[in-house]
Amino acid sequence: MKDPYETLGVKRDASSDDIRKAYRRLAKKLHPDLNPGNKDSEERFKDASLANELLTDPDKRKRFDAGEIDATGTEKPRQRYYKDYAAEAPAANSYNNRSGYADFGDTDDLFAELFRQQARQSRKAPGADLRYRLSVDFLDAVNGASKRITLPDGGSLDVSIPAGIQQGQSLRLRGKGAAPAGEGAAGDALVEISITPHRFFTRVGDDIHVELPITLSEAVLGARVKTPTPSGSVMLAIPKGSNTGAVLRLKGKGVARRGGHGDELVTLKVTLPQQANPELESFLSTWKPGPGYDPRREMQS
Amino acid sequence: MIITRLEFLSRTRLDQHTLDIWIEEEWLVPERADVELAFSEADIARAQLISDLIADLGVNSEGVGVILHLLDQVHGLRSAMTNLLQSQRDKAETTPKIS
Repeated sequence: MKDPYETLGVKRDASSDDIRKAYRRLAKKLHPDLNPGNKDSEERFKDASLANELLTDPDKRKRFDAGEIDATGTEKPRQRYYKDYAAEAPAANSYNNRSGYADFGDTDDLFAELFRQQARQSRKAPGADLRYRLSVDFLDAVNGASKRITLPDGGSLDVSIPAGIQQGQSLRLRGKGAAPAGEGAAGDALVEISITPHRFFTRVGDDIHVELPITLSEAVLGARVKTPTPSGSVMLAIPKGSNTGAVLRLKGKGVARRGGHGDELVTLKVTLPQQANPELESFLSTWKPGPGYDPRREMQS
Repeated sequence: MIITRLEFLSRTRLDQHTLDIWIEEEWLVPERADVELAFSEADIARAQLISDLIADLGVNSEGVGVILHLLDQVHGLRSAMTNLLQSQRDKAETTPKIS
């Protein structure tokens, strides 16, 4: 950080009026809005503003002179100037005035050609891209589908959803955006996909996760159980003695991806009958699991 | 992002009377949403520029109008130049090289 007196070009005993004048002289030259596109003047203006702020505050000036604070000001310097907005979206900026070089078009020199070219270009500018949001069923997102969006103007848009599309992904439909102002091509339609959750499937990457309730006897004896997958039900072989939490993998029953499919991961959940079952109760009252069996062994300290 | 009149006044620390004058002078041209004025971030930055011109640079009100008019032309010209350079660059990229 430079010495603020040096920055403003004043003596250390300059009066506040001198400082104000010095700052004004610099600001007229360096104000970023009067120097659009000049980074260097923006930096120097920031320094000058900080110096001015410091030296026009009698208290801060005294403390700086006494060496109590350094030359960095306290107030945050302005981050964006008007020029930044004026440059950002020239077409959208209503203040921009292009009347000042209409006469260029009449002459026959290099500039005339350049500006004519620009006028042609803006005539050929493509229409704007239009954004839409489309809510897609979980299964349609996994399997792919074809959807029709009804547009606010009454028209419609056919969207073909590729299998395995992800939440938040955007589809670009060439030429389905806004019509151009001149003779350019139409803009594109950008359709952002939002996937609605499924009742029992969840998706992790390319894999489908599902929790499958099974009966006590299916768990103990093993069974073949009809299991839903995104592409229809399959028979899943449950091995003997499968416990709650055991995970079975159905290869290739997940989401389509490059060069194949993900898997479906089935987590088993042993479920007892909801109503009291006297037979089960009487059977279990005679059943002994055998010595050493303790499902809570791991919890013992 | 639309900024209401009240929010605009509090963020620029202007009073209503000054704002009326600036709009009348066409230094600021906010959009109108129904009957209310709708300001943008660019309008706020422009108001700060006008405050700078008056308070820090000692420009009088006649001068502010002249400066804004010239600045608007500079920005128009700068954007034209930017487009032009870009189109020249695009053209250079799409023109096949003759070897």
